[in-house]
Amino acid sequence: MLDLKGYGPSLLEGAIVTVELAFLSLALAIVLGLLGASSKLSSNRVLIGAATTYTTLIRGVPDLVMMLLFFYGGQVLVNNISDYVWEAYGIDFFFQFDPFISGVLTIGLIFGAYMTETFRGAFLAVPVGQIEAAKAYGFSRWHTFRRVMIPQMLRHALPGIGNNWQVLLKTTALVSIIGLTDMVRVAEEAAKAERSPFLFFIPVAFVYLALTAGSELFIKWLDKRANAGVVQGD
Amino acid sequence: MPDFIAQWLNQNEVFTAITVAHYWDGLVTTVQLVFLSLLLGLMVALPLAIMRTSKSPFISGPVWLYTYLFRGTPLLIQLYIIYYGIAQIEGIQDTFWWTIFREPFYPALLAFTLNTAAYTTEIIRGAIVATPVGEIEAAKAYGMSWALRMRRIVLPSAARRAVQAYSNEVIFMLHASAIASVVTIVDLTGAARNIYSRFYAPFDAFIGVAVLYMLLTFILVYVFRRLERRLLRHQRPVGG
Repeated sequence: MLDLKGYGPSLLEGAIVTVELAFLSLALAIVLGLLGASSKLSSNRVLIGAATTYTTLIRGVPDLVMMLLFFYGGQVLVNNISDYVWEAYGIDFFFQFDPFISGVLTIGLIFGAYMTETFRGAFLAVPVGQIEAAKAYGFSRWHTFRRVMIPQMLRHALPGIGNNWQVLLKTTALVSIIGLTDMVRVAEEAAKAERSPFLFFIPVAFVYLALTAGSELFIKWLDKRANAGVVQGD
Repeated sequence: MPDFIAQWLNQNEVFTAITVAHYWDGLVTTVQLVFLSLLLGLMVALPLAIMRTSKSPFISGPVWLYTYLFRGTPLLIQLYIIYYGIAQIEGIQDTFWWTIFREPFYPALLAFTLNTAAYTTEIIRGAIVATPVGEIEAAKAYGMSWALRMRRIVLPSAARRAVQAYSNEVIFMLHASAIASVVTIVDLTGAARNIYSRFYAPFDAFIGVAVLYMLLTFILVYVFRRLERRLLRHQRPVGG
């Protein structure tokens, strides 16, 4: 059996941190993606401009640079705001910007931009007749969005969401660089202490592989469900 | 130099001649690392992609396994395994390989090359598989051998189909190269991290480098758009 020299439990804890990080980032990314896609498809110029700037900026900058900016810059920003609030209103508050929060914010923000494109395409794939029909039935805009657009666009968005999720899962490894004790960090420390990199990194690589392979199966299953009743050509 | 730039350079403490030179060194390292790994990756990927389309599972199987492993795990882990792992190979420190792999640049180059080759293999395979059957039948009818067919028909038309996906891979690689700074390489991100810790100025250091990455990205996007237009010029509508 694999002898992890007593690092097994902390590696497992690290793996749980990785999974939590991935799920929270995914939730943030989906919310941002829906907001972004709705803005891009709206007729409001300010909203379209803001969403376009958002997706362009995110796609131009490496994940790691963004993460470093959020982690180191976020704390400076919080400190400045805290100083200002203390001077102006006499309220004392402090907020520690930890690696986990910066990780969720950065990864959520980055994948929100990719999700924006995914959802935009999926919304466009919903036939206009459906929206017209909803209007004819007197649905409000929110009602149309929730009852007509979301269920129908999800089918088109699923493959894109699946791809983004696979990339997101692998991106979580970067958060170990800013000091989060996820499984990559534990493995790195263990590898340095025990001088056996293969022993620790290869099992971690296989955990990632298992996570991506498992989610691939799950997405396939979801896709089959979402497409139930859709007649597909060949 | 316009006055406002001179003024701005005089006013701030972070962007001095020394730090700008540091950024420049980082830029050179990033460009070298990305360019070399993409070039080597493409050279590795082309034969692998052809092997991957082979009907024999003994040829396509190992290539599938390679791309599956490298695409299913984070690049950071691959970099750590190669960077820390190479020094652990028995006796490597006595061979001439050690003079190469002692520098962090070469383990990083190896990791990036293997990673991008895996993704590129799948991109090229997809393009090869999508070749219209009629084109291959026509080539066969002309009596072309397998090698000639590959060279004259399949690969040129696959290149056209692959260029869009490959441009995404190139940009992905540029952004992924930022993790080279983790193994003490002073690339663009490494330079920004040094400047951050020297001045404790996160916004100047990281926003500055973000702008540089963005410029590089936009240059690449522009170059690939031109290339794509050139490769697909026969499909442009008349007068378009």
